[in-house]
Amino acid sequence: MEHVDLVLNGRPVRLKVDGDRKLLWVLRTDLKLAGTKYVCGQGLCGACTVLINGEAQRSCQVPVREVDGKKVLTIEGLAREGKLHPLQKAFIEHNAFQCGFCTPGMILNAYGFLQKNRHPSEAEIIQAMDGNLCRCGAHPRILQAIQTAAREMKEQSK
Amino acid sequence: MNSLNRRQFLKLMGSGLIVFFPPDPFAEAQYRREVSRGSESSSAFNAFLQIKEDGRVNLFTGKVELGQGIITSLAQMLAEELDVPVNSIDMVMGDTDLCPYDAGTYGSRSTKYFGPLLREAAAQARAILLQLAAARLNVPQERLAAANGMIRDRENPEKRVAYAELVKGSRIEKSLETRAVLKPVSAFKVSGKPMNRTDGLPKVTGQAKYAGDIHLPDMLYARILRPPAHGATLKSVDISAAEKITDLKIIREGQFIAALHPLPDMAEKGLALIKTQFNIPSPKIDEKTIFPHLLKVAPEGSIVAQDGSLKKGEESSSKKFEETYFQRYVAHAPMETHTALAKVEGKKATVWASTQRPFGVKDEVAQALSISSQDVHVITPFVGGGFGGKSWNQQAVEAAILAKKTGKPVQVAWTREEEFFYDTFQPAAVVKVRSGLDANGRITFWDYRVYFAGERGAATFYDIPSHRTSVHGSWWGGSGVHPFNTGTWRAPGTNTNTFARESHMDLMASAAKADPLDFRVTHLKDQRMRRVLEQAARAFGWNNFRPKLGRGKGVACSDYLGTYVAVMAEVEVNSKKGDVQVRRLICAQDMGQVINPEGARMQMEGCLMMGLGYALSEEVHFRGGEILDKNFDTYRIPPFSWMPKIETVLVDNRELPPQGGGEPAISCMGAVLANAVFDAIQVRLFELPMTPERIQKAVNQSSGRK
Repeated sequence: MEHVDLVLNGRPVRLKVDGDRKLLWVLRTDLKLAGTKYVCGQGLCGACTVLINGEAQRSCQVPVREVDGKKVLTIEGLAREGKLHPLQKAFIEHNAFQCGFCTPGMILNAYGFLQKNRHPSEAEIIQAMDGNLCRCGAHPRILQAIQTAAREMKEQSK
Repeated sequence: MNSLNRRQFLKLMGSGLIVFFPPDPFAEAQYRREVSRGSESSSAFNAFLQIKEDGRVNLFTGKVELGQGIITSLAQMLAEELDVPVNSIDMVMGDTDLCPYDAGTYGSRSTKYFGPLLREAAAQARAILLQLAAARLNVPQERLAAANGMIRDRENPEKRVAYAELVKGSRIEKSLETRAVLKPVSAFKVSGKPMNRTDGLPKVTGQAKYAGDIHLPDMLYARILRPPAHGATLKSVDISAAEKITDLKIIREGQFIAALHPLPDMAEKGLALIKTQFNIPSPKIDEKTIFPHLLKVAPEGSIVAQDGSLKKGEESSSKKFEETYFQRYVAHAPMETHTALAKVEGKKATVWASTQRPFGVKDEVAQALSISSQDVHVITPFVGGGFGGKSWNQQAVEAAILAKKTGKPVQVAWTREEEFFYDTFQPAAVVKVRSGLDANGRITFWDYRVYFAGERGAATFYDIPSHRTSVHGSWWGGSGVHPFNTGTWRAPGTNTNTFARESHMDLMASAAKADPLDFRVTHLKDQRMRRVLEQAARAFGWNNFRPKLGRGKGVACSDYLGTYVAVMAEVEVNSKKGDVQVRRLICAQDMGQVINPEGARMQMEGCLMMGLGYALSEEVHFRGGEILDKNFDTYRIPPFSWMPKIETVLVDNRELPPQGGGEPAISCMGAVLANAVFDAIQVRLFELPMTPERIQKAVNQSSGRK
């Protein structure tokens, strides 16, 4: 057991855990943040994506020890003071989900990408999202939602 | 089948107006038969809706939300008939204590069969409310009008009363014994209007709960020892290393061994430390031998459609065709694996399950625990995709058994590997077609034999004087057929049957030197199908399409349980690499009345995207009972980079009651892409999926022949 100190969704958290355990399971069970989903367990699908110091990463592959001293953002922390993030709004407006199981990972992967690329082309979005799998086939709407959110985020940052 | 009795149910519900379905339903619809089947074994009743005294409305349905969007469209149907705002409706779905019996959420039947009953219940409720309002307002009923949960006097709109006030403090029960008068389609204000999904907020904020997200105090997470292959038996086991993990509990009963821990990843770690040896039967069937094997074990066919005389048809043919079409095993691979949480207290069990058949879970768990089905309460939270694969609930049974043994709530959530291992795949199947053309290019006969894909979608809808369709075996396979489980996959049977029929139609069109669309229309008397094809062609620009080297167009159409659909595709094929990039897909669909056009389009788009997989890449690799695909690295489902431009066309046909929309469009995907590939490179593929290797091989064989 060791101490892991992190800032989780804006709040400092101190964990006493086995540092080898994967972040995904610590989030889901120890911290009861079940929005981060298990789908493949091998970093092949993106459903467990969270932001670690602003970088989209697959929490099923990250030992919890590695987030010591870092900022972690999960889907539960994306809306601020009850206000949805432009990506969340755009996913609702475009109906960019069906079963919803891949949605948290989609939104957070897109978030990480849009932090780095404010003016993405369609091809760049597709490339950035290619490792995030969706079985329901919501892809065209997810693409539209990310484009809409990118425009709104650009407006907001003006 | 409800475990609560009527008195308990009413107590739980409090006051308000409740509309029931009586145990002995009165009408003929298929859904009614399903309801009655459920009720036969008990004296239970089924409530469809409740208007509460705060004005909110509970809609009870045994159907579940898998992503297909009935959480929205059923609410729209109720809002329409009851005259309440959609956002005043609370959906209570897949809870076996509260909801009417339901056989399962599959076969695109929710809107078609549950919808009409729901509308009747709503119309009955509305009629009662109008009676009550007439008395309350002292106004003749004919003068009253209902809207937005409020009843007004038409002549004096100030005179009004809310539904909530009418039901306050009383309990009104109404049984659906007589037929209610439903609103005509022409009066619809909510049904038929596009609406955004109502489950958006919880799903984009991570608040939506799935079976694996439910936490109970003291719960344990179980990981279960699995054999390396179907049919393998445990030879020896050593649990000594695993036992050293703190708090790890091992349950063993014969071959069934589970590691349980308060943390799921520690249960996993414990399981990994269990050393085992298995006897694995030597594989009898593999990917090379599966098709000859299927033909060898196939039972006699049953003829499901026939007319004319095949012999006469053959005699009048100037050209004859004989081809065989092959389909490989395909996995459901929903994002959420089979998951359940079970709590057992004495002779009662509560199970939260990711399932398409909550009432099926009830029976399966009851049987496993030797308790009464009445004492099993199944709760279905959001389900993370099903596609026909969550109809059997082994995971719920496992959770229940382990909960009973440990005395604690137990979650069983399958790993991705287990999900592939226990999946009820779309079966490998074979279709043999013989046919002929006369000198004028008209089809003379059609002799169609399908092996193990199933009957659905097998019979042809083309106008052919002499034809026969025989069906050998079903999608369940049966003993000695498949080395693992098979079953219903989105549009069961119809994907394989449409691939064979529509490929064969194209092949004959080509031999007749006819345009594939013209050839189909020439052989169609069915005006509905002609219209669907015409609308697809207009949206696609079929007649203006200019083929280029390696680029081609294709068409396929299908009748799936009353929904008519046509898909057109533009593809680009690199015949050296065997790559297919689908550039454009147009889908026109006639599903009768459309409740939520936005929802219908989402289902069509989803079908097209998902269908790229079984057409191009998805194939379960195996050796005997061993499933070689264990995750998404070898089993490729369509990613973003495969996404074509997609356009959907809803063919207006509001005279026809709503048909299903969740599956039909996917049935065209194998054929439409095979036909487009043929148009692009003049090489026909007879086997799905059309992987790069198969395309390269077909190209090489074809250039060898030239």
